[in-house]
Amino acid sequence: MQRIGVFVCWCGSNIAATVDVSAVAEAVKSEPGVVLATDYQYMCSEVGQAKIKDAIKEHGLTGVVICSCSPRMHEATFRKTAAAAGLNPYMVEIANIREQCSWIHKEKDEGTEKAIILAKAAIAKLNLNAPLTAGESPVTKRALVIGGGIAGIQTALDIADAGYEVDIVEKSPTIGGKMAQLDKTFPTLDCAACILTPKMVDAAQHEKIHLYTYSEVEKVSGFVGNFTVDIRKKARNVKEDLCTGCGVCMEKCPSKKAKSEFNMGLNTRSAVYVPFAQAVPNVPVIDHDACIHYKTGKCGLCEKSCPSNAIDFEQQDEIITREYGAIIAATGFNPIPMDDFDEYGYSQNPDVVTSLEFERLMNAAGPTKGVLLRPSDGKHPKTLVFVQCVGSRDTTECGKPYCSKICCMYTAKHAMLVREKYPDTEVYVFYIDVRTPGKNFDEFQRRAVEQYGVNYVKGMVGKVAEEDGVLHVQASDLISGTQMHIDADMVVLAAAIEPDKSARPLATMLTASMDTNDFFTEAHPKLRPVESPTAGVFLSGICQGPKDIPETVAQAGAAASKVIGLLAKDKLTCNPCVAGSDELLCNGCSACQNVCPYGAIEYVEKEINDHGVREMRRVAEVNEAVCQGCGACTVTCPSGAMDLKGFTNKQIMAEVDAICRN
Amino acid sequence: MPELNEQKSSSEFKPLIVAFCCNWCSYAGADLAGTSRLNYPANVKIIRVPCSCRVNPMFILRAFQRGADGVIINGCHPGDCHYSTGNYYARRRMALLFSMLEYLGIEKGRTRVEWVSAAEGQRFAQVMNEFAETIHNLGENKRLEDLRCKR
Repeated sequence: MQRIGVFVCWCGSNIAATVDVSAVAEAVKSEPGVVLATDYQYMCSEVGQAKIKDAIKEHGLTGVVICSCSPRMHEATFRKTAAAAGLNPYMVEIANIREQCSWIHKEKDEGTEKAIILAKAAIAKLNLNAPLTAGESPVTKRALVIGGGIAGIQTALDIADAGYEVDIVEKSPTIGGKMAQLDKTFPTLDCAACILTPKMVDAAQHEKIHLYTYSEVEKVSGFVGNFTVDIRKKARNVKEDLCTGCGVCMEKCPSKKAKSEFNMGLNTRSAVYVPFAQAVPNVPVIDHDACIHYKTGKCGLCEKSCPSNAIDFEQQDEIITREYGAIIAATGFNPIPMDDFDEYGYSQNPDVVTSLEFERLMNAAGPTKGVLLRPSDGKHPKTLVFVQCVGSRDTTECGKPYCSKICCMYTAKHAMLVREKYPDTEVYVFYIDVRTPGKNFDEFQRRAVEQYGVNYVKGMVGKVAEEDGVLHVQASDLISGTQMHIDADMVVLAAAIEPDKSARPLATMLTASMDTNDFFTEAHPKLRPVESPTAGVFLSGICQGPKDIPETVAQAGAAASKVIGLLAKDKLTCNPCVAGSDELLCNGCSACQNVCPYGAIEYVEKEINDHGVREMRRVAEVNEAVCQGCGACTVTCPSGAMDLKGFTNKQIMAEVDAICRN
Repeated sequence: MPELNEQKSSSEFKPLIVAFCCNWCSYAGADLAGTSRLNYPANVKIIRVPCSCRVNPMFILRAFQRGADGVIINGCHPGDCHYSTGNYYARRRMALLFSMLEYLGIEKGRTRVEWVSAAEGQRFAQVMNEFAETIHNLGENKRLEDLRCKR
């Protein structure tokens, strides 16, 4: 018989307002095994934990039930408390009477009744608990960063500086990400390339960092500390070890009509190309769709002209398998497609551009060498209209319900830069709200209005129609309540941002959860913002939610520090709630082995003493270091030999019984 | 909640609903429903399991045997299982079990499998409200009650 202590937490008024905590404590006193039931304001506080420790010692408790917040919140806390008092940490059960009771129900009698039942279920389960001992698993001291933008680069640099090996996998031919495409960065207006490219070089030259560019993660298996990852290194058809980056191949390439991805399709590039001059690594790739050799089998000018014989048309994709202790997702974002927003005529008018395209048009290394020219006729635009929140805070099907966060600031930046470079231009910004929280952010936006004379208009643009090269913009001014007609030369759309499309399949591979917008979910939105709920998977940058560069860098550092904390350990404590087979009951059918997603079950020939009869039998054996405790095998087992520690058949049955007893 | 008030005034029948939630998605979704202060009937009682594939059909039979009026299994969305494939097993097993239960006279509406992610607190509350209403309309479950358990 267990000696159980029940501790009911008030959580201030969070629980106590809708649950009569003393009535709960009173009601469970007569439950089997309960020797003590009490309540306290904050069980998780130092005083509350001390009460638990004292009670364990004083009453010789063998198990503890805490009626409090979700076990996802404080199970670990109370397990530590129990362990500190000499109790096995797995002799602790939590009845979730906050998130799943007091916060859900409004009436006190209802809440109290439910809390009592939940407490009784936890007691019933605890009566069948057995002390568990956690095993240990080794940690591979190497981290994998997926995504080579500023988030990934910063995370990798921080981890590598702590002395651990880091690999960066980047799907495009160069690292740098979206930040490399930007012209200036708010609120200081320093040039993006000047602050990013040194970091790219640092990452490439760091002895602890290895870059896999033009590569993608193909398969992930294993668990925290022991991931095995297959990386597909796509064929560049240019040998990285031989190429000197001289650029002769790009000059000689006769196929020069492919759209430049880096310049948002605003100009063209050759079939063999580096995305931009400062690319890291500075090794071209051959675009098979554009290359004449791959289309007709002829040409081969690049091969002939390459002074170091680096061109290799026969090169194939390569699969590299490596082991990692931690994985960091830094997959970044893209602006949403503007094709569905017919009212702005983006698809019809080349002079209606997105902000990222505008960024390239303003960039000294861009298609126009930094001179602002209309894409349609190459003339200087005199009137510019910026439209904010295109697809952001938009609950219709083509939009995104969230605020993309960066658009207010970069639009102010664009407006300011245009007015500074070309004081003769007229600039309008249409906005729903101007949201500029952040250090020196609001001052920056006000400067655009007050110092640079940008016309900020509260209201949305209803229609953009082109006539003889002039864009007729119809908009409403919500403050004066009037309709506006502006004849503009260019319209710039602040398109909402969305997670990169590669994030969803990656989340599936990592078994990391995502929200409805395909942003990665944090382990806790406030207290564990850079960790995924899946142990060993960390989040960096916009893949977790919209954020600007300073925030991304801060989060990248935070993720790195969490990874360093993990890699610094030599051993990790395993989850002891793993499957185990009863050899006497096992009939050797292999059903469990077939459903196990981790390959944790093996069959062995073993001498079994079945009530005095000794015989050789084929029985299942669980590798506890590999088992993750899902329990699929327990239900599959036809003879009932398989059970899951911590969630045994009997324990769950006892919970069902306790809930149905009333 | 309108359902709640209705239940109280129109009849004394308060259905007993057992909800199995997987630790990674739906249990977290249930927590989020609480954190967001959403409402669903108090007669929904949640049992935490590591994965929806841990739910043995025996647990469901036992719940009905002991007087539950409805049983719902919640897991991660297909493809999003923390253990990669658990919810697929759960889906297949429950399809078979529910079909058998219907044969035994347990209406289809009393059993349900739902996918709720950790970010779908709203959806969790909505699913529970709908399920509770369905069970309420179906009335008390008498088919699979163990008479020996009657006090």
